[in-house]
Amino acid sequence: MTDEPGGLIHPELRSERNESPVGPAGQRLQHAEGTSQPLRSKIRERQPRGAEVNGRRPIDHEAAAARFIAAPEHEKMHDERLWDLRSKRDAQMHAIPEWEELRELASQIKQHTLAHLDEYLEQFEAAAKANGVHVHWATDGAAHNRIVHGILRDHGAKRLIKSKSMLTEECGLRDYMAATGIEVVETDLGERIQQLDDEPPSHVVVPAVHKLRRDVAEVFSRTLGSDPDTDEVPYLAERQREATRPLILSADAGMTGGNFAVAETGSFVVCTNEGNADLSANVPALHIASIGIEKLIPRVEHLGVFIRLLSRSALGSPITQYTSHFRRPREGGEMHVVLVDNGRSARLGMAEFWTSLKCIRCGACMNTCPVFRRSGGLSYGATYAGPIGLILDPTFDKRKYSTLPFASTLNGSCSNVCPVKINIHEQIFAWRRVLAEEHEIPLVKRQMMQAAGAVLSRPALYRAAISTADSALRFLPRFAVYNRWNAWGAGREMPPAPKETFHTWYARTHPAADKGSGDGSA
Amino acid sequence: MRVALFVPCYVDAFEPQVGIATLELLRRFDLDVTYPFDQTCCGQPMTNTGCHKEAAATEALFVRNFSGFDHIVVPSGSCAHQVREHMTAIPQTPAVKAVRERTLELVEFLHDVLKVDAFPWAEFPYKVSYHNNCNALRGIGHAAPSELHGPFFSKPLDLLKKVKGLELVQLARPDECCGFGGTYCVAEPAVSVKMGYDKVADHARAGAEYVVSADSSCMMHQQGCARRLGVDLRFIHIAQVLNGATA
Ligand code: SF4
Repeated sequence: MTDEPGGLIHPELRSERNESPVGPAGQRLQHAEGTSQPLRSKIRERQPRGAEVNGRRPIDHEAAAARFIAAPEHEKMHDERLWDLRSKRDAQMHAIPEWEELRELASQIKQHTLAHLDEYLEQFEAAAKANGVHVHWATDGAAHNRIVHGILRDHGAKRLIKSKSMLTEECGLRDYMAATGIEVVETDLGERIQQLDDEPPSHVVVPAVHKLRRDVAEVFSRTLGSDPDTDEVPYLAERQREATRPLILSADAGMTGGNFAVAETGSFVVCTNEGNADLSANVPALHIASIGIEKLIPRVEHLGVFIRLLSRSALGSPITQYTSHFRRPREGGEMHVVLVDNGRSARLGMAEFWTSLKCIRCGACMNTCPVFRRSGGLSYGATYAGPIGLILDPTFDKRKYSTLPFASTLNGSCSNVCPVKINIHEQIFAWRRVLAEEHEIPLVKRQMMQAAGAVLSRPALYRAAISTADSALRFLPRFAVYNRWNAWGAGREMPPAPKETFHTWYARTHPAADKGSGDGSA
Repeated sequence: MRVALFVPCYVDAFEPQVGIATLELLRRFDLDVTYPFDQTCCGQPMTNTGCHKEAAATEALFVRNFSGFDHIVVPSGSCAHQVREHMTAIPQTPAVKAVRERTLELVEFLHDVLKVDAFPWAEFPYKVSYHNNCNALRGIGHAAPSELHGPFFSKPLDLLKKVKGLELVQLARPDECCGFGGTYCVAEPAVSVKMGYDKVADHARAGAEYVVSADSSCMMHQQGCARRLGVDLRFIHIAQVLNGATA
């Protein structure tokens, strides 16, 4: 035994790790930022790209995750940044004695609203119309895009500025618009970075969190003409601002999402840290808001519960910098709300999975997820990554996303941080069963499990299978491994084989004990 | 009190001394301990993969083996969790329900049922970091998880504090999953191994000489990672420490 842990030989263990939430300049970072300790390497590590997406072919999360891990600067930064957000979230939680009551309340308000969604949607529509808002209904992403395009066309709009919205990602709005000749400019900094790099967001709250500053400098130098060797945040932010502000000021239409839609008032609320939703909504005279039908809450007073939870869970800050309420178009302007279903009412009918609709997209489950932190959001090859993605994505396509519910250790941390108490890890577990029942898991895996089940239910057969240490080593990891015998040994040593099993020891030391029947008939 | 000992398949094959320590420890409390001889597994590998139908016969065998006892004690949080929460591939008859309810993890059994207040035979003069298996922590409530707002408690630490000489060290990320995750460890080996390396690094930075846990499976994975990294960490099951293992 060495007396101090410094005697370790692997370099990974020697690097200092600072878990304290303090930025590189020594200040405590409070809002919307997670810190990490950069690795100082000489070679320039390229940003790993996400999963390959090939039609309906099942996403290979494992391969994409392995690529992410093979880029240690990125992986370490990503893990630490998000862990820092989780730590800040914990600190915020501890400052609120009634935290668990708030979560319970939030969960109940959402469940109640979802159970009466038809009524609240009608109430919202009526109230919004009374406020002078145009209300549209979109059954799916395509309908949503057509509606938005139609509004823009009617106004002769050439440029749309928008704030971040996972729903428009879900609908593929940007791709759709590219074909119409209408320019779309993202106004959220992270989302803008992703747009310029032609990548989807990797996280619902911090879309470019998988990028090093250097990666951003590279994107900006390529697309905005900034200095590729300067990766200071103020410089990069300023260059982006200079490049984007003129586009914003001369835009014809603005688009936002909506974090909450209030049925009684017909109003909706958008929470941002950059104030960009306000730019999108207020600079042009035309404001379109795309809102998923599950965003409804009955009354304004319920916001008191959700607003307290949202940013604390997401970023560990007490509140977002801007919480903007939109109720009616401004004078001379027009306001449109597009209420989007896109699979939500079908999900509402799924007995085991409907509560996933409670999600307020805070991203806390991603920040805490040890697999997400080490694989990056793009490795999931889907609009929604991380724990919430594992349970939402298969509702869009069971085949394509059939592998995702297996990208989890089922550790349960996600369910515990979720501000609306979605039993995320239990739904991941349930999805595995549904996918196996519907033959969406590889046949070889099913056959392996059939074989394992056959052996494990027959004591004599089982004992024969593991009778020597050697055969135990072959059988036991294998019933988990199916055809991937090397999966254990690539990064880990095999356990040493003991000279006898507990079972053999017991038989030897308890000669008088009942030795069973061997066929399990008891 | 009639107690049945369930020795998980991994423990049986790779860590027999954990089974032996559990049996010896239980016998110290004058319990009538039986080891049902036809036992195999709790069915976790199949249900963990979604293959519930394939687990049914194994679950039925489990119930036949373990019916009629006051308690079924298992030195593994994840197996206890599997039986209590996920043994649903077979019809839930009263016999099945009884077996499921009566299955306890060893720490719970010592802490909640026997309410043990001393382990006079145990002494472990080492720096120890404790690894909470995720199913033990969040599934069956061994301790207060760091994500939730509430008073701190930890059943395994309560027990370890009664061991002479044992010094607990603090991890930077105490509840972080080690990446074993049952079949996950081979389904996504890159992530699993990276999580294991990070966990091992956390133990080492905390200055631990020994890692103690109520789950051999997590420790097998972490030990495999530590050996590969060349980290001098030792791993020992809580049953062995409480039974008076000297190292
Ligand atoms: S599932 Fe819960 S924790 Fe995850 S994003 Fe949604 S609300 Fe947040």
